[in-house]
Amino acid sequence: MKTNDVILQTATKVVFFIIFLFSIHIFFAGHFTPGGGFVGGLLTTGAIVLLLLAFDLKTVQNALPFNFMIVTAIGLLLALGTAASSLLFNIPFFTHAFDDVYLPLFGVSALHTAMAFDAGVYLVVVGSTITMIQTIGGDS
Amino acid sequence: MDFVLLIFLPVLAALFVPFIFRKLKNVHTGWFVFFVPVLLFIYYLGFIRLTMDGEVAVSELSWIPSLGISFTAYIDGLSLLFSLLITGIGALVVLYSIFYLDKNREKLNNFYVYLLMFMTAMLGIVQSDNVISLYLFWELTSISSFLLIGYWFTKDRSRFGALKSMMITVFGGLMMLGGFVLLGIMGDTFSIRELTANASTLVGHEYFTLAIVLVLLGAFTKSAQFPFYIWLPDAMEAPTPVSAYLHSATMVKAGLYLVARFTPIFAASEVWIWLVTGIGLLTLFWGSFFAVKQTDLKAILAFSTVSQLGLIMSLLGASAIMYHVDGTDTAIFKFAAFAAIFHLLNHATFKGSLFMIAGIVDHETGTRDIRKLGGLMSIMPVSFTVAFIGSMSMAGLPPFNGFLSKEMFLTSMLALREFELFNFATWGMIFPIVAWIASVFTFVYSFYFVFKTFAGKKKKEALPLQPKEAPLGMLISPVILATLVVVIFFIPNIIGDMLVKPAVLAMQQGLYTHPSEVAVHVSAWHGWSSPEFLMTLGIIGVGALLFLTMSKWQKLYDIQPAYFSLNALYDSFMIFGESGMNRLSRFYMTGLIRTYLLYMFTFLVLLTTAVLFIKDAFVVDMDSFAPVSAYGILTAIILILAVCMVLFAKTRLAAIIALGGVGYSVALFFVIYKAPDLALTQLVIETVSVALFLLAFRHLPALKNHGESKGFRFGNFVISLGVGIMVTLVALSAHSQKLVPSISQYYKDTVFTEAAGGNIVNVILVDYRGFDTLFEIAVLAIAGIGVYSMIRLRLSRKESSDENK
Repeated sequence: MKTNDVILQTATKVVFFIIFLFSIHIFFAGHFTPGGGFVGGLLTTGAIVLLLLAFDLKTVQNALPFNFMIVTAIGLLLALGTAASSLLFNIPFFTHAFDDVYLPLFGVSALHTAMAFDAGVYLVVVGSTITMIQTIGGDS
Repeated sequence: MDFVLLIFLPVLAALFVPFIFRKLKNVHTGWFVFFVPVLLFIYYLGFIRLTMDGEVAVSELSWIPSLGISFTAYIDGLSLLFSLLITGIGALVVLYSIFYLDKNREKLNNFYVYLLMFMTAMLGIVQSDNVISLYLFWELTSISSFLLIGYWFTKDRSRFGALKSMMITVFGGLMMLGGFVLLGIMGDTFSIRELTANASTLVGHEYFTLAIVLVLLGAFTKSAQFPFYIWLPDAMEAPTPVSAYLHSATMVKAGLYLVARFTPIFAASEVWIWLVTGIGLLTLFWGSFFAVKQTDLKAILAFSTVSQLGLIMSLLGASAIMYHVDGTDTAIFKFAAFAAIFHLLNHATFKGSLFMIAGIVDHETGTRDIRKLGGLMSIMPVSFTVAFIGSMSMAGLPPFNGFLSKEMFLTSMLALREFELFNFATWGMIFPIVAWIASVFTFVYSFYFVFKTFAGKKKKEALPLQPKEAPLGMLISPVILATLVVVIFFIPNIIGDMLVKPAVLAMQQGLYTHPSEVAVHVSAWHGWSSPEFLMTLGIIGVGALLFLTMSKWQKLYDIQPAYFSLNALYDSFMIFGESGMNRLSRFYMTGLIRTYLLYMFTFLVLLTTAVLFIKDAFVVDMDSFAPVSAYGILTAIILILAVCMVLFAKTRLAAIIALGGVGYSVALFFVIYKAPDLALTQLVIETVSVALFLLAFRHLPALKNHGESKGFRFGNFVISLGVGIMVTLVALSAHSQKLVPSISQYYKDTVFTEAAGGNIVNVILVDYRGFDTLFEIAVLAIAGIGVYSMIRLRLSRKESSDENK
């Protein structure tokens, strides 16, 4: 899928980062305002899809040299690990914990284990959708 | 300390095995693994003082409290004995495997991960108080056994054996789960302790007998009882350390454990006593009889294991009689329970050492075929000594521990004549007779095993390798076990007080309150005229005669044709099952996605609409509807237009874009009705899926009429119309009536206090209904892997389809 569209490519170089940052924002905002790991992951996917449309598969693979299958695996492991970690404290499976913690630079922040679980969701969504897109797109 | 967590220690250690194997090439991985069972063994030894006083220890880890399911580790005499066996034999087997498996050629990372997984599973079985977690560990042993039997997965026989054991034991496991659920329904609890305490209330229940049969199916398949034993000989394809560990000392005893554990609950039943004793005795005879037919060393041991398991099983059945007698009668029936536990321990020691010797012979001579072996006595003196001790113990000769438990077994079987309930008065005589015949054959195969291998003429030219004595490291474990065989003979009562009596107390709860009340004294000598002594004399006499004339009567086994056996039954069942399933699948699997969609939608429409009308559930309440805005009407028009465009599009590209339009207008609806999360998700999903469609677009054929008939298209139209109407009806009636108060209020009340969040939608996803999300992302990941493997790996499959390399 060789394209040579200067306007699209130039715009993509800027827009990609905007969408990506927005997806990160959406991801973190999730617990209190609309958003979350699922939407965040999809938005990141959308950003990468834009890259794929503007450039070709090879270029994107060089720019983002991850094996997205492994990203999926890490995400699943993170989600399952978060859910299972409560067992270590003899608390039922999937019990979340949260507290307000003072962090340097951020001040008092609400930390929640649901965030780690959501990060797992985020990684799985990005990993598996990009895997699918790359495989289908790369198939000749 | 929460010792329940120690159950998981092996499997946690397994996480590090692959890294150790990769990074430390020079040291055998087994040395690291070795520490796990050793530490656990030492730790569990500390519990002996506790159980000797009749005390128990409980440690709980909650898992799904809302369903009454937890990991509760419960250590009493019985579970302690098993835990010590699992970790003790486990340590010896790991030590043995270090010398048996070559560190450069074998995939040790796989091997030890499976082995540690098994250790956790087995500890879980014997310490679980909750039947559901017991079932979970039970199946985990089946899975790890499957993986270990198939460890050399390039061999046909290994894969066949692995599958066979899996099919049979998992079948039994599922039946057992059914039995557990029935017990849960009857006793309203999943805790074995509570079920035991309420045992008397369960007896009259209509499910009681069914529960017994189902639980016994689980125990019989696992412990290789007749007719399910056929998987055990095929499981001998596993590496010998595995055979010694799983298929003689521990896993196959899980069924015995289960029967012992449930004795206080089920002992009141006649069915229980007859089934357990009867099947056990039948297996004892069957296994010992066919052991003489085998020519493979490990096959002989496999059949002898089957037979010995049957022996212990029959003793467990006989021990239930204690619940039906009182007063002076108990004096003659009290031996069965003690003998069962004692023989279980003895069997682990002598059979473990024999398996290790079989492995050594295989390792050093290159064959296990007894017809090629002979005269190894002078070449492998240490191995011979160990094999001799083990075999003589198995045959039931003094001064080895097998003699003591064999005598007690005969005592218990003789006692069955005195039992008067349940038709035992008429049939009781059969038990000692069958026991005696089986003991004769046990004597024969024990001699057959040791003397055909180690005595007689040397046949060096028939052996693939030049035989020599095994390395020292490989001999340590069998020598330790053989030493125990002799030591236990001389101190049976110390072992009895320490390990056996506490286990008997656990097995026969309600009869005793303290281990010291189990008034059994083991003695090697019963007097000249005691029936046990006479029976043993008979066994030795007839057994020796049969052994010496073996070549004359061994031909008898050829009478049974190969197609008339349980194995042939299993094979034909598998073949028939496979071809039948294939035919059934081909009948409806056309390979066209539209056919499958047709099935799904037709069933969905018929089922839902039928339920809607049968239950008279269709109600519309116009008052509860929100007012329709101008934007809403506008979006609806766009939506309908887009749908029509999809239908009438001439090219596929136009259809894809129109489908995107449908999605975006649905997103607009979410915006209008104030669901920002849904709108956001819908928008992004739509974008990504349009992109995906465009990617796949090249691979799709051009959109044209494929020559479908008018009737086919009309059918499609009817079904799609049906789906539309059905969904509308369901949505309307779901909105119009509330059978239960909406859960939204609960979410609103607790979203900040309980979950510390502000956005209910997201908190539902990650917290309230986190399980859904967890499984959804698992499905997503599977879908990703599926797409990858279907597209990427389809090319490489053509290159090699040979599994045997």
